[in-house]
Amino acid sequence: MFKLLPDSPSERITVHVDGQAVSVPPGFTAAAAMLLHGTGSTRTTPVTGEPRAPYCMMGVCFECLLQIDGEPNQQGCLVTVAEGMRIERQLGKRKVDE
Amino acid sequence: MSAEQEPTFDLAIVGAGPAGMAAAAMAAELKLSTVVLDEQPEPGGQIYRGIERMAASRPRHLEVLGPDYAAGLELTRAFRASAIEYRNGTQVWQAEPAGRIFFRRNGAAGIVRAKKILIAPGAMERPLPVPGWTLPGVLTCGAGQTVLKAHGLAPKGRFVLAGCGPLLLLLAAQLTRCGIKPAAILQTTFNRWAAAPHLPSFLGTPGYLIKGLGLLRELKAAGIPLYANVSQIAIQGETQARAVEFVCNGTTRTIEADTVFLHQGVIPNGNLAWSMNLDHRWDDVQRCYHPKLDAWGRSSNAAVLVAGDAGGIVGAKGAELMGHIAAAAAAVDLGRLGAEQASERTRDARRALNKQRAARPFLDHLYRPEQRWIAPPDADTIVCRCEEVRAGEIRKLVSEQNCPGPNQLKSFVRCGMGPCQGRLCGLTAIELIAETRGVPVSEVGYYRIRPPIKPVTIGDLATLDVPERNDAVHM
Ligand SMILES: Cc1cc2nc3c(=O)[nH]c(=O)nc-3n(C[C@H](O)[C@H](O)[C@H](O)COP(=O)(O)OP(=O)(O)OC[C@H]3O[C@@H](n4cnc5c(N)ncnc54)[C@H](O)[C@@H]3O)c2cc1C
Ligand code: FES
Repeated sequence: MFKLLPDSPSERITVHVDGQAVSVPPGFTAAAAMLLHGTGSTRTTPVTGEPRAPYCMMGVCFECLLQIDGEPNQQGCLVTVAEGMRIERQLGKRKVDE
Repeated sequence: MSAEQEPTFDLAIVGAGPAGMAAAAMAAELKLSTVVLDEQPEPGGQIYRGIERMAASRPRHLEVLGPDYAAGLELTRAFRASAIEYRNGTQVWQAEPAGRIFFRRNGAAGIVRAKKILIAPGAMERPLPVPGWTLPGVLTCGAGQTVLKAHGLAPKGRFVLAGCGPLLLLLAAQLTRCGIKPAAILQTTFNRWAAAPHLPSFLGTPGYLIKGLGLLRELKAAGIPLYANVSQIAIQGETQARAVEFVCNGTTRTIEADTVFLHQGVIPNGNLAWSMNLDHRWDDVQRCYHPKLDAWGRSSNAAVLVAGDAGGIVGAKGAELMGHIAAAAAAVDLGRLGAEQASERTRDARRALNKQRAARPFLDHLYRPEQRWIAPPDADTIVCRCEEVRAGEIRKLVSEQNCPGPNQLKSFVRCGMGPCQGRLCGLTAIELIAETRGVPVSEVGYYRIRPPIKPVTIGDLATLDVPERNDAVHM
């Protein structure tokens, strides 16, 4: 869905998106990594299973909820990637208290 | 470190955008011990997002984004040079006017204490609920701009921008300068006649008109089709946006697009102010609620000040000036600066702020969204993205089951009860309720917002001296 502009720095780190190793520039957020490497949805809704993807990229919509390093319900647009980070699509997960 | 051992600051500032950064610099000048909390990894807020990294590693992109963005470097440098404590990546989930602020940082919860709290959480984009707006591939213009600024990302394939407001044209121009041209711009709202009476004061604010016309000229020269006065926008696709359908001059058109950027202006990012029980008032031109503030940014609670777009949309320059002024007011209230000295020190800033404010009525009227864009006429359009509540359902609950207001809507269908806590559906819900009941929106009220305003786990709470209302934990 998105591509890097020309004139971007060449430094990269490796993260795992749904188990697959991909490289992204350092300073990326997990949601930005999904926009660069994902195809389409990054989660499905708990209510009807609709596909969704990051929408606001500034922390207000919660459409970017991902499982990051094993922890569910993380706002991917607020989490900066680290070498070896495991990012997973979140399929229909409910809130923790339900 | 145990939360109990932390010092009590004179001032805690939430938000490191132009308002929070300017407030911090002024607070440091006035020798207030100050802590700044912001959930982003870097200072800059929405407008100056990613500016330090871009200046260091992508100077070519800095040119593309234009001088208004680059202007943030100076403010960011002044902020970094100030004697304050800046905590990045710090999400505030509860601020008690009494002086305790609860936050989450690096996966752990913490508390800071302060005598005064200045909140500067900025703005968010007003939702533009149209059929298909929840599809992957549909983002806000602000999101498009954020990934461009912070990450150097641009849409791949065909894309369309739809809605209204300066940010819509700005993003189109910024991407075009990168050689990435939109397939079309669909303009919803442009009330030139309603705005015209406010033109003189708008012209008095340097630069605004020239910039606006400049963007339009730039896009025209690049050959980008602009459809004006469009209606009935619908985004098509099964699991991903594929095309946008709309009506222009009585003709229905369809444009293929893999990515659609929506925008219809910005509104205060209000959940923090609401959660602190600050008094609010309805602004019928900006069509949103504002916390009630005095000329210095003092709220209805003596311990809490508000600066920047969170107090009502003023723009980046206005936000910076408000931050500067509110920090002086905090110093006065703490007994650290005389009222007269404060007047003296902020005279230029207050004058400049009035100039910035004078430009707003023109912009607010020009882009004041019509009813059809804030109360979706199509019954199937999703209003609450989290709980998938549709416009028709809300209208029916109001007309057939006498659901009177937004809080009752929560108990009927969980509207506004998902993880975003009503940020994306609040205004649409109250517009729909008011329209169906035939009363002014201001009579309908707003969601009762309780802390925590960000997801908190039971584990977080266990590590803390738990705040009183922990029954509201929702995730
Ligand atoms: C996405 C977007 C893009 C924009 N782009 C432009 C532009 O290019 N040009 C322009 O003139 N105007 C732009 N605007 C309008 C612009 O945001 C403002 O005029 C200006 O940035 C307001 O400054 P501020 O300091 O009030 O808030 P902001 O700049 O929004 O800063 C608020 C800060 O508070 C932080 N925050 C919010 N809630 C919390 C919390 N609970 N815990 C911790 N931190 C929190 C945020 O991370 C943010 O850094 C944009 C607005 C948006 C929403
Ligand atoms: S994309 Fe909206 S919260 Fe992350």
